[in-house]
Amino acid sequence: MQLNLENKLNKSQLNMLEKHLLNDFQHGFPLVPRPYARIAKELETTEELIIESIARLKQQGFISRVGAVFRANSIGASTLAAISVPENKLESIAAIVNEYSEVNHNYKREHHFNLWFVLTARDEHELNAVLDDIEQRTGYSVMYLPMVEDFHIDLGFDLGFELELNLERQNEWT
Amino acid sequence: MDMKMTYRQPLLPPLAEIDDKDEALVLLLQKGLPLTPTPYADIGKKIGMREKDVIGRLTYLNESGIIKRFGVVVRHHELGYRANAMTVWNIADDKISELGACMGGFDFVTLCYRRPRRLPEWPYNLFTMIHGKNREHVLSNVALLVKQCGLNTVKHEVLFSSKRFKQRGALYRK
Repeated sequence: MQLNLENKLNKSQLNMLEKHLLNDFQHGFPLVPRPYARIAKELETTEELIIESIARLKQQGFISRVGAVFRANSIGASTLAAISVPENKLESIAAIVNEYSEVNHNYKREHHFNLWFVLTARDEHELNAVLDDIEQRTGYSVMYLPMVEDFHIDLGFDLGFELELNLERQNEWT
Repeated sequence: MDMKMTYRQPLLPPLAEIDDKDEALVLLLQKGLPLTPTPYADIGKKIGMREKDVIGRLTYLNESGIIKRFGVVVRHHELGYRANAMTVWNIADDKISELGACMGGFDFVTLCYRRPRRLPEWPYNLFTMIHGKNREHVLSNVALLVKQCGLNTVKHEVLFSSKRFKQRGALYRK
């Protein structure tokens, strides 16, 4: 699966319409009754083809969803957390952390704090209960790093495609 | 190897108000916008809201900043951006707003948060997620930040992820 995706990328098999869909609509997705028709008009194609293309990109794993990215802590409570674990215990500790449905990201990173994860819960109370539980089950202290301030202006991610269509973006919608 | 650290502190209160109808919308939006010609009307049907109210609420959440962006959520890894590093900076408290805003404006920076220091083990108070096609690309982006934002004397560390144990959108449940 992974290899196929890579081949597709390397061979530039993404067509121009797919590249535009991936790159140009990461923010400002039309909030109008027929959003896909609006995109189709902008990209000079049909609503049906836009819907088909997004469904295919999703199925192929390039898109996780069309939807909202919420500001941290505006919905529920979340935090970054880290544990310093001996290398030979990392896999088993990571597996324990993964068991929690409140954990949505969990990475090994190159540092003596080597296990980093993000927790999201309904509220602070629930978040603390999960952190306590993880500490108790793993036997390691969890470094708890909640967000204090967000400086990021999220406009999505420029994928660096060379987009030849160069259609004018319509800005009347947001 | 057990480290005893007491790292808990209260979380910040939610930054903005959302009501019950918003919660129902948020729950549905986690799965992504339906790929149908009238997605907002279809969402509305499930939660007893009219299409124009769904659009109105999403427009409000978007404009008030509770939604940071609304659109296509791409998977960086699958699109060839295989490397990411959480780069952490120890920034003087009186400089953090200025420097955070500078770093947060680059599109290869996908997160830019102030978090508490945890002294003595953890002196860093600004966390940036830096993406790139490979390690060298990430490091050149870090160097670009240092140059563009004047961070030559700021102590920082680049924590590459070497294994992904879990990655998915946050699950928020009522």
